[in-house]
Amino acid sequence: MEIMRILLGILFTLVFGGALGMGLAVAFRKFSIEKDKVVGDLENALPGLNCGSCGYAGCSGYAEALAAGTDTDLTKCKPGGQSSLEAMGEILGVAVEASATKMVARPHCLGNNEKALKKYEYAGLQDCRAAMNQFKGFKQCEYGCLGLGSCIKVCPVDAISKTGDGLVKVDADLCISCGNCVDICPTGVMKMIPFDADYYIACNSKDKGKDTKGNCSVGCIGCKICEKKFPEGAFVVQDNLCVINYDEKDRDETRAEAAEKCPVNCIVKI
Amino acid sequence: MRSLATFPRGIHPPGGKGLTESTEIRTAALPPVAIIPLSQHIGAPAKCLVNPGDTVQEEQLIGEASGFVSANIHSSVPGTVKDIREIYLPNGMKSQAVAIELTGEFTRLGKESKREEWKSLDNDAIRNRIREMGVVGMGGATFPTHVKLSLPEGKSCEYFIINAVECEPYLTSDHKIMLTQAEEILEGIEIVRKLLNPEKVIIGIEANKMDAARKLEELIARMGVDVEVAPLKVKYPQGAEKSLIRAITGREVPSGKLPLEVGVINANVGTCFAIYEAVVYNKPLVERLVTVSGSAVKNPGVFKVRVGTTVRDLIEECGGFTEEPEKIISGGPMMGFAFFDLDTPIMKGTSGIVALTGKDVKKSGVTACLSCGKCVSACPMGLNPTQIYKYLDFEMIKEAADTRLMDCVECGSCAYVCPAHLPLVQMFRVGKGEMRKNAQK
Repeated sequence: MEIMRILLGILFTLVFGGALGMGLAVAFRKFSIEKDKVVGDLENALPGLNCGSCGYAGCSGYAEALAAGTDTDLTKCKPGGQSSLEAMGEILGVAVEASATKMVARPHCLGNNEKALKKYEYAGLQDCRAAMNQFKGFKQCEYGCLGLGSCIKVCPVDAISKTGDGLVKVDADLCISCGNCVDICPTGVMKMIPFDADYYIACNSKDKGKDTKGNCSVGCIGCKICEKKFPEGAFVVQDNLCVINYDEKDRDETRAEAAEKCPVNCIVKI
Repeated sequence: MRSLATFPRGIHPPGGKGLTESTEIRTAALPPVAIIPLSQHIGAPAKCLVNPGDTVQEEQLIGEASGFVSANIHSSVPGTVKDIREIYLPNGMKSQAVAIELTGEFTRLGKESKREEWKSLDNDAIRNRIREMGVVGMGGATFPTHVKLSLPEGKSCEYFIINAVECEPYLTSDHKIMLTQAEEILEGIEIVRKLLNPEKVIIGIEANKMDAARKLEELIARMGVDVEVAPLKVKYPQGAEKSLIRAITGREVPSGKLPLEVGVINANVGTCFAIYEAVVYNKPLVERLVTVSGSAVKNPGVFKVRVGTTVRDLIEECGGFTEEPEKIISGGPMMGFAFFDLDTPIMKGTSGIVALTGKDVKKSGVTACLSCGKCVSACPMGLNPTQIYKYLDFEMIKEAADTRLMDCVECGSCAYVCPAHLPLVQMFRVGKGEMRKNAQK
């Protein structure tokens, strides 16, 4: 008797479930919306990170705009890089040029808790922008990395982490060059450099050399030794701060030599 | 007893006013070097008119208003311009400042000033004089007064409300000025009456200053002026512009609009006194009352201070610190700004300096929001602070804006009651900054 009840239950469930399943199958065919194949293909070509660096809410938004023709710029997807670009060009039948070199974010500061002096002890909201509202940050240098990690919050791929001594670092292999961290950084210390760059300037201070020296032991003092020693334009000092000219190819040796000459060791090998 | 008028919600922080309430106003020593910032007001900084080495007279114009919403800056002492330097203001911004070394003779200080009859002047002349004398709102927001007292075409002022609430803990400057300069304040109010022609003039005052209220009422009866004194419930932030309007008129200023939208213009009592001095004696705004108080100050008091005097000098006059202060605040503890440099000068808008010991600054770690809703029942603007905070925590700026982030008056009531010690106001300031950044794009 008991076994009959169980079997009946199973049978009922099967029949009922089957009927409902049929209903769903019919509804799927009858009410299905034809999805634009181009949009689907474009979405597949995009990396699907939804980082928002293209200016749309996500990858599908960008794909729809491209398919509808309201946007014709194929180069807006930074994380996708060359492969996405080529795939999209193929789908839309547009010739694409080779994209520029992949860029990655890097904080241009080595002034950690030991090396950079502080104006005051900060005890407020753990957000660099909030600290920046209070006397341009708690460090004496107003251009350095505050290390509270506003950039970490907006990084879609968790490429940024705290170093533990008052700075942040970026994992260049994970970075998708979306630029969110550059946008949010209130001091402007987060900058994009080529992925294959060999050297970078580990300072962002636009203070006069004397002031920088008083603020931090690893700050660029704008002494122009690098600029004068290597006058081919590999280094340019603007606003008391050295900038590497990455367009100048094959300058490894120049940079290595300059790094040795730099009196504050601001030209740092990556 | 009829219950006193007030606004909905709000908080009751401990007053701390007893430290200075019963003291006499002291005159602070003149600064040996006056550091006078060129940006002491809301709006464009003043344009510097002097160079290092120049000799300046007392009350000489040293910074010229650069635009409509800007204010003139005058030298508070006679002397020589030492240098023009960049300093941090207590609000965290940078500003150019003129450092003047005190030498030479005072032209007004210690002498009898000549009274001028203002009743025969036309309104534009009065307004122009207020502008020339660099008068700004003395309550702390430092909005240029001549702009406030210029009615836009087609608008009329129904209520002129004088803000004598002083709801910030510790501060007693406004209280003192009412007790000592009530007659002058009332004359200042009459000057504003001539400019705005309001239907009603009401002085809003918190019920903890009834001695000042009675004194004002007595004088009003004696002078025969049509001014009403409205005692208000002791509650924070009773002195916030919109809370005050709500308490006195029952009207709510619409979101994003100025009080004039509901026919109201507000001014602080200190501003009324500054208007009086500017119009009657042609005296620029070069000194003000400053409360120096807090648990870390040896002899707290209210001082008559020349603009440009450093906090260090003022603290010295109070006998120094009882112990190393944990926090020094410009303004009151609720809305004031903590600052780190004792060489920060007193400015037109500095209503007080509060130095607190570690015991009074309870440092607590931030925990997660408990969703208890205390902030919601504290917010005088009827916002949902915890929701806005969470939106901003996730960088959802647009959603935060839709939840009326811009209506926040940054009074700090939500952060005061928050059991999780969330830095709510600080987050809202970041959010507002992001909104401005997005609007510029």
